[in-house]
Amino acid sequence: MNPHQPHIEIKKEITGGDFSTAGGISSELKNILQQAGLPPQFIRRVVIATYEAEMNVVIHAYRGTFSTSIYPDHVQVVLEDEGPGIPDVDLAFQEGFSTAPAHIREMGFGAGYGLSNMKKCSNQIDIQTQVGKGTKVMMTFWLDPSQVKSSVSV
Amino acid sequence: MKVSDIVKPLEAEVLCEGDLNNSEITGGYCSDLLSDCIANASEGSVWVTIHSHPNIIAVAVLVGMPCIVISNFQEVDPQTIEKAKKEKVTLLRTSLTSYQAVEVLTKIGIHGTKKHA
Repeated sequence: MNPHQPHIEIKKEITGGDFSTAGGISSELKNILQQAGLPPQFIRRVVIATYEAEMNVVIHAYRGTFSTSIYPDHVQVVLEDEGPGIPDVDLAFQEGFSTAPAHIREMGFGAGYGLSNMKKCSNQIDIQTQVGKGTKVMMTFWLDPSQVKSSVSV
Repeated sequence: MKVSDIVKPLEAEVLCEGDLNNSEITGGYCSDLLSDCIANASEGSVWVTIHSHPNIIAVAVLVGMPCIVISNFQEVDPQTIEKAKKEKVTLLRTSLTSYQAVEVLTKIGIHGTKKHA
C-alpha cells in the first residue's frame, strides 16, 4: 500500500447561508473516518475543525467546496470559498473576534471561536485569502502528532 | 442511565424519540454557544440548550450526544425534528429554564463533564 496515495478522496459543494444542511459534510466525514477505523480522539479533532470551517463558509461566503484526502497516516481537509475574504487574518484568529451579524450570533454561531478551534484541532493550518474574492483553508491532521510540529501559516 | 429515565424528571415533551430506551447518558453539558459545545462536550452527554434550530442536531451527531433538551419551552423548527428523526437523536422540550433543567439532571445523578479537543 502506497502511503503517499490517499485511500479515500471526497469533494462536496457548500452553499452559503444554508443553515439547514450545514454540518452535514462534517457528519459524513465522521462516518467515513469511523468506518476507516481511526481512533475516536483523532476523529474528534478532524471533525471539530471541519465543522468550524464548514460553518465559516455557510456564515460568511456565497459558496464553497470541501475536499478531503484520507491517507494512512494523516488526513487533509481543504475548503475553498467565493466570499468576502478575511481582511486581517491575525485578528480573525483571536478568540472572541467575529464579524458575524447579530442574527447569526443569536443562533449560537459567530462568537469568534471557529478559527481558534480549527488551529487547536489541526496540526497544520494554512489560509490564503483575498478580500472581495474568497478564502482557502488547508488543514492537516496527523495520526501521530509528533510527526509534524504544529504550525500556522497565512 | 437511559435517555428514557430523564423524560419524567424534566417534565419533558418528547419531540423525537431517537433511541430513547437504549441510549445511555454518561454526563451532561449546558451551553448556547455551538463552538463551545462542539469543542468541550463529551460523547454520551445530554445537552441542555435554548437553541432549537436544525443545526443543533449536527452538533449532537458530531459530538456523539444521544439527547438534546431544549429549555424554556422554545418554539421548535419542524426541520429540527425532521433532522433529529433522521439522525436518531432524542429531542426533548421542557418548560424549565436551562439552569433548572441542569438542577434536575444533577439531582438524578447526571453530572457535568468536559472533554478537551
